[in-house]
Amino acid sequence: MLKLTNREALSKLREASGAALKAESKKVLVCGGTGCVSGGSLEIYDKLKELMEANNIPCSVELDCESATHADSVGLKKSGCHGFCEMGPLVRIEPQGWLYTKVKLADCEEIVEKTIKNGEHIERLAYQKGGIVRPKQEEIPFYEKQTRIVLEHCGHIDADSIIEYIAIGGYSALEKALFDMSGDEIVNEIANSNLRGRGGGGFAAGTKWSQVRRQKAEHKYIVCNGDEGDPGAFMDRSIMEGDPHRMLEGMMIAGVACGAEDGYIYVRAEYPMAIKRLKNAIAQAEELGILGDNILGTGFNFRIHINRGAGAFVCGEGSALTASIEGKRGMPRVKPPRTVEHGLFYSPTVLNNVETFANVPHIILNGSEWYKSIGPEKSPGTKAFALTGNIENTGLIEVPMGTTLREVIYEIGGGVRGGKEFKAVQIGGPSGACLTKEHFDMPLDFDSLKKVGAIIGSGGLVVMDEDTCMVEVARFFMNFTQNESCGKCVPCREGTKRMLEILERIVAGQGRDGDIELLEDLADTISSTALCGLGKTAPNPVKSTIKYFRDEYEAHIYEKRCPAGACQKLKKIYIDPELCKGCSKCARNCPVDAISGELKKPFKIDQDKCIKCGTCVAGCPFKAIKEA
Amino acid sequence: MNEKFDYTVTDKVIEQYGAKPSSTIAILQGIQEEYRYLPKEIFPYVAKKLGLSAANIYSVATFYENFSLEPKGKYVIKCCDGTACHVRKSTPILAKIREMLGLSETKHTTDDLLFTVETVSCLGACGLAPVLTVNDVVHPTMTPEKAEALVNELKEEA
Repeated sequence: MLKLTNREALSKLREASGAALKAESKKVLVCGGTGCVSGGSLEIYDKLKELMEANNIPCSVELDCESATHADSVGLKKSGCHGFCEMGPLVRIEPQGWLYTKVKLADCEEIVEKTIKNGEHIERLAYQKGGIVRPKQEEIPFYEKQTRIVLEHCGHIDADSIIEYIAIGGYSALEKALFDMSGDEIVNEIANSNLRGRGGGGFAAGTKWSQVRRQKAEHKYIVCNGDEGDPGAFMDRSIMEGDPHRMLEGMMIAGVACGAEDGYIYVRAEYPMAIKRLKNAIAQAEELGILGDNILGTGFNFRIHINRGAGAFVCGEGSALTASIEGKRGMPRVKPPRTVEHGLFYSPTVLNNVETFANVPHIILNGSEWYKSIGPEKSPGTKAFALTGNIENTGLIEVPMGTTLREVIYEIGGGVRGGKEFKAVQIGGPSGACLTKEHFDMPLDFDSLKKVGAIIGSGGLVVMDEDTCMVEVARFFMNFTQNESCGKCVPCREGTKRMLEILERIVAGQGRDGDIELLEDLADTISSTALCGLGKTAPNPVKSTIKYFRDEYEAHIYEKRCPAGACQKLKKIYIDPELCKGCSKCARNCPVDAISGELKKPFKIDQDKCIKCGTCVAGCPFKAIKEA
Repeated sequence: MNEKFDYTVTDKVIEQYGAKPSSTIAILQGIQEEYRYLPKEIFPYVAKKLGLSAANIYSVATFYENFSLEPKGKYVIKCCDGTACHVRKSTPILAKIREMLGLSETKHTTDDLLFTVETVSCLGACGLAPVLTVNDVVHPTMTPEKAEALVNELKEEA
């Protein structure tokens, strides 16, 4: 491919590729996100290709502006994540906008025969609920209520093709920033837009950019945090996999604005596909002359490097992340000086996360006023959330900031799985907090959440139903942060360990009077004395579960009972005297001799001796032994 | 320096990423990809090449969870125990696999070096919870029964 050496060349390519894309009247988009790939979507893609070739249907797998065969050929593409992972593997058919769900290899033949050849809809592959069939993707309630800006291309374009990205207007924001705007204008636009960092803290991106821009330094860096470590979050992964160029474009604009020539993307090692797609995207951009030296003939140089993480959650923290890129142990340092002054290689550094950078091209193209018209004034824009746990429609969603929890869980998420009762939702991962029914109508935005002691975090929403024990959830998160504590500061290293010990004791039925107060005391100490954000927020799940579910803690401690029936060691096994025939089988089977009684009369279990192994339950011929 | 150890692979990896301190993590990852763990012989060697102390390299290798100083199995099974998988009952799956292979919380690799079983905090495939990966291939919506079948399949394949 020819290198683009000026603005006109890019415009020409955009025109030519746009025309080629338009000429592809029919398109089949097979989801190539991690979720659908593990469901077999790549095999489906290959099968469709094979069948189309066998049927002499001209199919183009790559958008190519030079070939004129497009007019009647079918575009077969691997797209990024469509978001509706629960229903995967997904296949989207254009121009009709149909979405086929749970597609299997065996369905491919029918898709080619009916849909591709004759334009017929296959009803059994469409999404249906409550007897209503919804052929079109946009009509499915899961999508209908969303506002997709950052994820707009995910699922709609070939994630591996820079030409397709350019065809739909990609890199025109970079073009505008390079040719029509000064660095100050770019920074002002971002600052005016009130774009706040999507990684957790919600710090104003414009402030960071202007601080870096102001400084005189030989080297400046743009760093993208793709170390999405919060369990239950996968928004950034989907953007990196589904629309990698969008994020690169955002980073380049930051480079233009701040006078940086090098960008680094730090990606979790657990995201191999994201790394692959990013590497491919960078190579394509370099080939076209959009990345590298003298970009589009402007004299602006920018290079992007990828760093693969090595499995440390703490590296999502700014100073730990830059230390890790430098090849050191990823441990946070005392701040100030802040990253904007002393970041990567001791130089001024803009550090934003994937979603934040992905917002940038839109703001530059459409202006800050447009951006501010979405969502509340103080935290405008949209937010991507990963909706997981005990919910009907698991997946990736994007809604305007300020959408209520009720809308997210019931209208988009389809409610709690299996018709169970809603108990709580964990927002913001291990640094976040749980929200309950009383927060249903609270708008989800940075400031409202802060008021109730929660954070948006990176955007994980894990729904928990009535069978989830909140004390166990708190223990789970504490176990996570304790594992991931880097060990540098004492409050986090030792404090989280002590909190974990107490929680483990409580769920094992050995809780003591005063444990709750001790937990609260430790939580306050850690929050106010730990070195970095990870430590400071580590006690949040414990604090919020105590606040909203104190009765569950008390039941564990004082009654040795788990109200949700989830804690194995607190299970009570009892014999129903109505059903017991007194056969003595259980007594003979019991490994600890906890069961006794007279033959032909109901037997009894000695709760002090019982180890809850369940042998008696499984062996009872009359199903008289029950767990509670 | 160890005379018997063959440093060809190590040299190749260092050349690929450049002999500079900021490449430390990438170099260790490259070496681990070749050997499936970090042989102890490489520490003084890499240190000398990068102009760092062996302790420095060792400190990086022990800090990050992904590095292993012990040989790993041919099949590395990672059970996700992230929030989403956890609330959809991932624990019995892990227990089943460990029981089948005679592994535990402290013993991760089988003696025949066929299987390594680890837990990870989140694989980011929460939509398919509970998940596990075998050598980075994701297996979605697992149950103890499906895990059992999978392990048996791998045993046969080996």
